[in-house]
Amino acid sequence: MNVNQHTPMASPYGQPQPGYGQPGYAPLDGSYPAPYAPYNGPASAYQPGAPPQGPARGPPTSGPPPVSAPQQYNQYSQSQGSMQNGPPPPTQAPPRPAVSQPYNQGAMNLSGPHPSYPQHYGPPSTMQQVTNQMTGMQITSGPPTAAGPGYAPPHSSQPPVSTGYSAAAQASYTQAPPPVSSAPTQPPPPSGPAAPQQYYSGPPPSSQQPFNSSLPPTSQQQQQFTSSVTPQPPPQQTLPPSSYSGPVPPQSQPPVPPVSQAQQSFPTPQPPFSSAPPPVSQSSFATGPPPSAQGSFPPQGPPPSSQPGSFPPPGPPLTSAPFSQYPGPMPPQQQPPPSQPSPYHSGQHPPRPQMPPTSMAQSNHLPPGPQGPPGPPGPLQQPPSQPGMQTGYPPQQNGAFGQVRGPQPGYSAPYPGQPNYGAPAPAPPAQKRLDPDAIPSPIQVIEDDKAKTTEPFTTGVRGQAPPLVTTNFQVQDQGNASPRFIRCTAYNMPCTADMAKQSQVPLAAVIKPLATLPPDEPPPLVVDHGESGPIRCNRCKAYMCPYMQFIEGGRRFQCGFCSCVTEVPPHYFQHLDHTGKRVDCYDRAELSLGSYEFLATVDYCKNNKLPQPPAFIFLIDVSYNAVKSGMVNIVCQELKTLLDCLPRENPEAESAVRVGFVTYNKVLHFYNVKSSLAQPQMMVVSDVSDMFVPLLDGFLVNVNESRQVIESLLDQIPEMFADTRETETVFGPVIQAGLEALKAADCAGKLFVFHTSLPIAEAPGKLKNREDKKLIGTDKEKSLFQPQVGFYSSLAKECVAQGCCVDLFLFPNQYVDVATLGVVPVSTGGSVYKYTYFQAQSDQERFLNDLRRDVQKLVGFDAVMRVRTSTGIRATDFFGSFYMSNTTDVELAGLDCDKAITVEFKHDDKLSEETGALMQCAVLYTSCSGQRRLRIHNMAVNCCSQLADLYRNCETDTIINYFSKYAFRGILSNPTKAVRETLVNQCAQILACYRKNCASPSSAGQLILPECMKLLPVYLNCVLKSDVLLPGADVSLDDRAYLRQLISCMDVAETHVFFYPRLLPVMKLESGSLPVAVRDSEERLSKGGVYLLETGLHLFLWVGASVQQELLLNIFGTPSFSQIDSNMTSLPVLDNPISQALRELIYSFRAQRSRYMKLMVVKQEDRAELIFRHFLVEDKSASGGASYVDFLCHMHKEIRQLLS
Amino acid sequence: MTTYQEFIQQNEDRDGVRFSWNLWPSSRLEATRLVVPVSCLFTPLKERPNLPPVQYEPVLCSRANCKAVLNPLCQVDFRAKIWACNFCFQRNPFPPSYAGISDVNQPAELMPQFSTIEYIVQRGPAAPLIFLYVVDTCLEEEDLQALKESLQMSLSLLPPNALVGLITFGRMVQVHELSCEGIAKSYVFRGTKDLTAKQIQEMLGLTKPAVAGQQGRPLAPQDAAATCKFLQPVHRVDMNLTDLLGELQRDPWPVPQGKRPLRSTGVALSVAVGLLEGTFPNTGARVMLFIGGPPTQGPGMVVGDELKTPIRSWHDIQKDNARHLKKATKYYEALANRSATNGHSIDIYACALDQTGLLEMKCLSNLTGGHIVMGDSFNTSLFKQTFQRVFSKDYNGDFRMAFGGVLEVKTSRELKVCGAIGPCVSLNSKSPCVSENELGIGGTSQWKVCGLNPSTTLGIYFEVVNQHNAPVPQGGRGAVQFVTQYQHSNTQRRIRVTTIARNWADAQSQIQHIESSFDQEAAAVLMARLGVFRAESEEGPDVLRWLDRQLIRLFMFHLRRSPFLQVFNNSPDESSYYRHHFVRQDLTQSLIMIQPILYSYSFHGPPEPVLLDSSSILPDRILLMDTFFQLVIYHGETIAQWRKAGYQEMAEYENFKQLLQAPLDDAQEILQTRFPMPRYIDTEHGGSQARFLLSKVNPSQTHNNLYAWGQETGAPILTDDVSLQVFMDHLKKLAVSSSA
Repeated sequence: MNVNQHTPMASPYGQPQPGYGQPGYAPLDGSYPAPYAPYNGPASAYQPGAPPQGPARGPPTSGPPPVSAPQQYNQYSQSQGSMQNGPPPPTQAPPRPAVSQPYNQGAMNLSGPHPSYPQHYGPPSTMQQVTNQMTGMQITSGPPTAAGPGYAPPHSSQPPVSTGYSAAAQASYTQAPPPVSSAPTQPPPPSGPAAPQQYYSGPPPSSQQPFNSSLPPTSQQQQQFTSSVTPQPPPQQTLPPSSYSGPVPPQSQPPVPPVSQAQQSFPTPQPPFSSAPPPVSQSSFATGPPPSAQGSFPPQGPPPSSQPGSFPPPGPPLTSAPFSQYPGPMPPQQQPPPSQPSPYHSGQHPPRPQMPPTSMAQSNHLPPGPQGPPGPPGPLQQPPSQPGMQTGYPPQQNGAFGQVRGPQPGYSAPYPGQPNYGAPAPAPPAQKRLDPDAIPSPIQVIEDDKAKTTEPFTTGVRGQAPPLVTTNFQVQDQGNASPRFIRCTAYNMPCTADMAKQSQVPLAAVIKPLATLPPDEPPPLVVDHGESGPIRCNRCKAYMCPYMQFIEGGRRFQCGFCSCVTEVPPHYFQHLDHTGKRVDCYDRAELSLGSYEFLATVDYCKNNKLPQPPAFIFLIDVSYNAVKSGMVNIVCQELKTLLDCLPRENPEAESAVRVGFVTYNKVLHFYNVKSSLAQPQMMVVSDVSDMFVPLLDGFLVNVNESRQVIESLLDQIPEMFADTRETETVFGPVIQAGLEALKAADCAGKLFVFHTSLPIAEAPGKLKNREDKKLIGTDKEKSLFQPQVGFYSSLAKECVAQGCCVDLFLFPNQYVDVATLGVVPVSTGGSVYKYTYFQAQSDQERFLNDLRRDVQKLVGFDAVMRVRTSTGIRATDFFGSFYMSNTTDVELAGLDCDKAITVEFKHDDKLSEETGALMQCAVLYTSCSGQRRLRIHNMAVNCCSQLADLYRNCETDTIINYFSKYAFRGILSNPTKAVRETLVNQCAQILACYRKNCASPSSAGQLILPECMKLLPVYLNCVLKSDVLLPGADVSLDDRAYLRQLISCMDVAETHVFFYPRLLPVMKLESGSLPVAVRDSEERLSKGGVYLLETGLHLFLWVGASVQQELLLNIFGTPSFSQIDSNMTSLPVLDNPISQALRELIYSFRAQRSRYMKLMVVKQEDRAELIFRHFLVEDKSASGGASYVDFLCHMHKEIRQLLS
Repeated sequence: MTTYQEFIQQNEDRDGVRFSWNLWPSSRLEATRLVVPVSCLFTPLKERPNLPPVQYEPVLCSRANCKAVLNPLCQVDFRAKIWACNFCFQRNPFPPSYAGISDVNQPAELMPQFSTIEYIVQRGPAAPLIFLYVVDTCLEEEDLQALKESLQMSLSLLPPNALVGLITFGRMVQVHELSCEGIAKSYVFRGTKDLTAKQIQEMLGLTKPAVAGQQGRPLAPQDAAATCKFLQPVHRVDMNLTDLLGELQRDPWPVPQGKRPLRSTGVALSVAVGLLEGTFPNTGARVMLFIGGPPTQGPGMVVGDELKTPIRSWHDIQKDNARHLKKATKYYEALANRSATNGHSIDIYACALDQTGLLEMKCLSNLTGGHIVMGDSFNTSLFKQTFQRVFSKDYNGDFRMAFGGVLEVKTSRELKVCGAIGPCVSLNSKSPCVSENELGIGGTSQWKVCGLNPSTTLGIYFEVVNQHNAPVPQGGRGAVQFVTQYQHSNTQRRIRVTTIARNWADAQSQIQHIESSFDQEAAAVLMARLGVFRAESEEGPDVLRWLDRQLIRLFMFHLRRSPFLQVFNNSPDESSYYRHHFVRQDLTQSLIMIQPILYSYSFHGPPEPVLLDSSSILPDRILLMDTFFQLVIYHGETIAQWRKAGYQEMAEYENFKQLLQAPLDDAQEILQTRFPMPRYIDTEHGGSQARFLLSKVNPSQTHNNLYAWGQETGAPILTDDVSLQVFMDHLKKLAVSSSA
């Protein structure tokens, strides 16, 4: 992303204004220092504010804008100066004052302050745009309004820059950016060429242009101001003009319309921002923007593609130009990257730690990327990369960025701008409001990442972010754990706690210790260190890993985590080569790989006794409901074959897992299935108040030995209870029974509980119906997620102690209190499956597939996970399905290949950039064959002293994973509303921090998003809208509790698709290739189309009302839309390519997920469509969740507030 | 009137009653001086083949606190159709059905020969007999197999309509459901948890019918019977149960080295009692407990499962070292009382080489009229035949068992009842004829005897309350009425009424008469019962001292040495076992227990009883000793040599063969009738088993008995016990010196 952005940015910037280009580049490349330096020299102002935006888009467009420009120009110039100043404190300071004044003056026109802002904004906007492009920042003018204020504050707040910024910022904020951004962005492409040229032609012009660009922004800013400022309607009014001018300048005239739009939008935006206005704003936004958006969309749609095209042109020129011109500056920037951190830091620091960083950050993003140290290569690389990026990214950036701000009035404008590149027309439509196409598109990001990832990902480079979870890629373990095992939120951790706190970026890792690897990647090697066990550090007990430094000729090693020096045991001694590596380094997995396993010795076993093979116990509810729904019959039938598929490590060998059976209603029935019996024997235990196991010998048996008896039993169970009239069930004793059985057999194991109803029978763990929808939304809502009784928590503790993992299959017809029933499964590393209103016919397939997978999947028992870290950070919090009896050991009765644990890290000291941060996750577990093992995953990430580095190298999907788990746990103890607000706040802080510290100064009205986080708002919105945090009227408490627990152990890929479902058009399916997904919005659905939507839990096939008959025939075998059976759960097998491809697709989707997704066919306009729409997460949700656009505006406002 | 001997015999034959005194001293003072209280041994269900029950109900005295049954002693005014109660003198009209009564048309109950009469009561539905097997599965494979076979065999002995149930236990307690098809189903209880009856019934799902009943569909008892899955008619589940028993496994829980198997006997019994309580209260039922070892866990635990801790001995008990004794005893007593309240009796069949906790559990049988059978193994004929004999039938083809008996004693005014000793519990019925002095189980005039058989005998003790200054009119008679209500084994409810009368005598003027009316045997047994009763609750030496202070007769020498009072060389279980049988057997058997019978077989003449003395042990004799619990055939030294030489195989020594055969035949005869089966021992001079004989005989010749040592007159006994001679000498001295 960055690259893409950069490229566009770079070229335009570079050319137009060295500063700009540099900034842009710099951020991208991380070559900031250099750029800055130069910038500072030439025009510090540019870099920060205008550079990015102004230069890239602004300049070109600005060219035209001149109209408005004059004043603005002045302002801009000033603003630029100020802007620059902002970033580079020294210079900025002075300039700013000046600028601010000018701005003020400028503002005067609009409104005292505003003018200045506008100016700033202008620049910022341009900057933003640029930055967006450059850094992947997204500038949304629409939100800008909000942003405006936000921006202003931050700037102002910041002493050096602040003054200037604040003023400028406000002005520039939204308005400026939007227009500008939109204009710029869009213009850029078109202007790109032009702009570049201009830029190229002469920095000054560029500077002017920037101004222009800035100017447009200003206008926008003004608007924004109004909005943001809410207080001042005048500004708006004034703004319009200004905005007009603003937009005009950037994009030329097109901007004008945008401006007007902007104005309109502004009001609307304002409302949203301001409490009162919101409605209006929203309405305007929504309504306004949509149209505009749509209008713009078409263009956009094309834009991306077209943009790329357009970009490239600009790019090349730019690049070439920049390079040529910039060579000096650029190199520096790029070089900076080469120079890398140190240079950066140094460079940055000089200017101003913060500011530079910010600018750096932006530019850095790319730069950081710049691995290539050499200056020349760097630049070269960058440019090229940029171009490349542009091709891919341009669309996104342009579209996204432009859109970002553009959405609002500005956005439209920007888009138009883009179109402008292709065709100016779009610009006008854009006027109305935020164009959804202008805001960052997840699809685009995903597709770009896919396109970018062509080679296997090697883990050898520290701090390198892996491809996205949505991308198929191969991993080569070169010393760090594969991203399939560990994904981090940040691959560049801040060195200090202060930085971390400032940025608010959560430092977390999502660890999936037993993840299944694709067949082409080797499973972790097993290492045996002999009887004395694995070699470990004496002090911190870290296991031997590639981070251990051998010294003294190999006789000792120094721990990478705690620096303690430990003797190498004689049997492990090996000589070192000239580089200090052990000669056998590459022969030993533990010295060269990120993930491997140790064979554990008896010291690592419970009671110092080698473990027994685990056991599986099936506990089946046989109450009336269970029998009637057909569940009992299905389970019994299925078990007959399923028992042959028990997990085993060696596919050839017989599974060592023993099995046992229990049925229950109010009482429990154990079965003696000893092989010597002719018939199974049932033993009823009615003493549920004090559960025990009635038999040992004969209860847990080897499947093959007792096959006949077991089959006889499974045949008879459904018969025996066919006429039952017992409706009451127990639950606590059921788990106790399994637990006692495992205790008696002295082994670990897994319980499969098939349960139907609320356990109201008199027994421990008895529950009452407490579903009370009136509590929802109140402070007491949290109690609904807490277990009803404490019984299950203590039971869970016992289970964990025994290594008894519980998987719960629920078949409720009414409230069953999942929140309470799920306590044990969740605490023991088990899973909960829920089949509401289970009916054999329609749900059997889903249930059976889940069951099969659950029984067969690889699982470890009695596991303890410990995460060790290098000095400076430590794991402080854990999220997932497990139990913790102390603060460091994660105890998992069972750990299967689908369970992920999210670990949060906090600083307890400083980290060093040299050593980076290390973490080692060690999981001690008993394999399904009864072998005790240690699985080790090592991970090293970089550390940075510049915030920009942090922002450049983080992973939004992982952050969302963390946020969702954090929030879903938070609702246990806080009101849901507070949790939502916390999320929004933290997100705003993250982005504000970036804006404040990393983004090149630009209009405060612009929303500048880090490239790596540009999807943060959309994803966060999805989290906020989820049923758990914002339930619709039809969402049951059980569903919420269920989802809450489900999310807690999801890995990144699962949370990603869960929160942002995958929506594929399947009209033109071709076998073997995946169509490009579309965004989750109703607007993207064509009436004549058929779409497949998957969330990881659900699978929908949406059929438009006017789909061609031929397509219907091919898929459903019927030509009539009305004849499609919406109850079907599987597609008819038809012999045509489409049907085949579609079924293959569905199959492959299901294969990817840990849970089977039942297919639901949704016909447009059908009642069921409501359910489907719930998953169109970019739209407003029925439960009141904001649309993406609205939320982005809101987020922008929040950020602006933070910044002011 | 004939001799007292004949009178006593006649009374015993007709009424099953033997009094210590057959003339009663007329005042309290005199009675006290006689030392042996007025008391009797009463056998309620003494077999009376010649006594057909009458098919109507008894006529009762209308006085509320009397309710005596019309009997031959009552004065009847045939004209007025009025009868006077001979206990309270209430005048009662005859019921309408007696309208035709006259001098010549008297109902049976007025005829003197019907001083004992049996009524059949047609009240309530006939309840089937219930047999609930409670089986220990912690047995050796062989034992379990034998037991399973015995149980399967017993099914064929049960009447088809009898209900059977099966509970097995080891570490857990399983109640087997008998009605189910297909999968064998059982309800399991953990062996360590004491459950209330209500809990048990809930867990067994027995409370449901009640719920249904509340919903407006009252259930008839038959329904209850039908719905009880655990107790089913034999004819219906015969096959099923046979299979079930066949598949019975040993307790599947592993027993670690150095441990006893975990046996939840306490809970098993609790469940059994609870089950019957919930389903068939006040219905005749037998819980038959088969155990192969002591309870080792849960309530009622007798010994821990650590083998290194031996089960308590008398020594431990005296040192107060028996940890579980009191708790366990208390637990079983509570169970026994519950069971007794519901009229269910509990049998214990304990077969093990070591103790099985009978000491603690004895009350189960003692209070409910159940049997206790003790053996070494279930795989012995002793057990097998004893068990078979439980189901023996009388001349009518009915089981020799009765259930839910209630014995009520009514006395005339001069007499009050002090208590009873036997397999019974008090019903706490405070009628006017209850004495304040308690002997045995007192304070009541009614006792419940849940399990009865024809030989069940209670000792009943009376007190003369007539004051010295209020003499009984000359020729006055005191009367006692025994009313026994019970459920016959053919499920009929019956009432047997025995009314007896004895003359009063003034001790001062008629001391000779009183003396001659003394029934030495009865008195001995009655006193022995008192002694045993005390021994159960008091320290051994105290009891002996008490006994010594009481009247002394020959047999007391043996009583002192008997296992009923002497715990030396007996385990607590054995003592309990012996005492259990002593307090319930009839007089003859009791006497055998006190003073074993020794028969001698030789060429010198026909078989003859000989003194239970070491001097009787001669080389050319075969001795047959019957101690009730053991039947010992002892071949003298010479005889044994002959037998070893095989003379009996030679035609010319046919007489020798016959000699050898004679005691065997006699022993067989005893074995045939005895319940429980005695331990049958065939031994010879010098044989290890000869100890059974040597320990019983009077050690008149011992190693320190100079004049007899080494002579041919008998076999010396190596013991420090005093011989009868010495004992008598001391006694004489004592009697003379302290004539108190």
